[in-house]
Amino acid sequence: MKKRVAIIGGGVAGMQTALRLKRTGGIEPVIIEREEELGGKVRNWHVLFPTFTPAGEVLGALRSEVAAAGIEVLTGEEAEEFTDRSVKLRSERTIECDAVALCSGFTLFDATLKEEYGYGIYDNVYTSADLERMFSEGRVAMADGSAPRRIAFLHCVGSRDEKVCQRHCSKVCCITGVKQAIEMKRLFPTADVFNFYMDIRMFGPGYEELYREAQQRYNIHFVRGRISEASPMMDGRVQIKSEDTLTGRPLRMSVDMLVLLIGMRANDENGRFADKAGLTLAQSGFMQSRDLFLGNTESPRPGIFYAGAVTAPKSIGETLNEGFTAADRIAEYLGVK
Amino acid sequence: MATINFGYSINRPRLIDIDRNNLRKSDEILLEMPELQTCIGCGTCTASCTAGNLTDFNFRKVHTLVRRGEYAGAYEEMNKCMLCGKCRLLCPRGINTRGVVMLIKRKLGDF
Repeated sequence: MKKRVAIIGGGVAGMQTALRLKRTGGIEPVIIEREEELGGKVRNWHVLFPTFTPAGEVLGALRSEVAAAGIEVLTGEEAEEFTDRSVKLRSERTIECDAVALCSGFTLFDATLKEEYGYGIYDNVYTSADLERMFSEGRVAMADGSAPRRIAFLHCVGSRDEKVCQRHCSKVCCITGVKQAIEMKRLFPTADVFNFYMDIRMFGPGYEELYREAQQRYNIHFVRGRISEASPMMDGRVQIKSEDTLTGRPLRMSVDMLVLLIGMRANDENGRFADKAGLTLAQSGFMQSRDLFLGNTESPRPGIFYAGAVTAPKSIGETLNEGFTAADRIAEYLGVK
Repeated sequence: MATINFGYSINRPRLIDIDRNNLRKSDEILLEMPELQTCIGCGTCTASCTAGNLTDFNFRKVHTLVRRGEYAGAYEEMNKCMLCGKCRLLCPRGINTRGVVMLIKRKLGDF
């Protein structure tokens, strides 16, 4: 009798976990995905840092492997609650299983909460996710259709900010800001690009190198300071204020586009999941692993496992690795070799 | 007629206004030495500075201001540098800091 594992979330973490489980030969994974197709957040991304690899390449490979392996996929189905032996769906259906892998990822920070930046209020203020969509559509322009000549990126929007209850660092926005700044410079070589940062955290392979390339080769200006407010100008452009903390002086400038690098926050349903399954949340609201060193992909409850950004903000590479780790732990737990 | 001194004065604004500043010289400097843009503001240059130990010369701050188009006083400040080159030995980004001093003095001699 094959063991059945329910995988909640069909993003890169869920697909990778399912693929590894299926390969054991003794486990039948079933992916539960709320959207109509697999892929999760990566579906909305154009190219990936630091190599500018098209997101579709990674997703395409995973999706076709999932299809080729004949993994059962339930799309348009949302998990309401679960235990280690069953997942109750919103459609009242219940999936019986021998273990659960929670791969439900994260939620993008809602930039309208930082009202001082005017997102959704005035034109020409965008989020990093909006910019990815524009890159994908092949049309990046100001609200009136003209090409931007000066662009500002603001790091840490919805990260490291107690005022919006997000104390944690979202980790990937720094490198995303560098990547998107380079993309803008490639599209608009004569434009001036400014990145306003608090700290630049280049944690991955090739990231620091890309940061340096952005500075030296693309002449992207990095100003250390958080923008305190943005205001609309008569001509529809945006005026921003910050401190240039490296010179200790206030700074003001107008820009054609202001891009907010929004962070990753914990899913709202994490609390409900934790209540029903007896799990714990970290202070950040993400799921708490059993142990950060030796039990990173395990919950404190036997039979419930985690992979990907459901436990903390992570890059796609890290998420894919966790898919493998979680699957191996599940196989061990189920006694399948 | 002598002006009455009421003891008031007007402060010059401390704001760096990128819209008003003329960035042409700054662009020229960065075009000639793009490595200056790679500064990560660590302050090693200033910490090791011979002149900075004796005067208020702060190389990191002056070149950052120049990059923002704040040229006033930069030439005079750079004159405090003794060109000993310790900062160049230490810079983690490998910036030719002594070259930057000479370049800024050359470009901003008339400011």
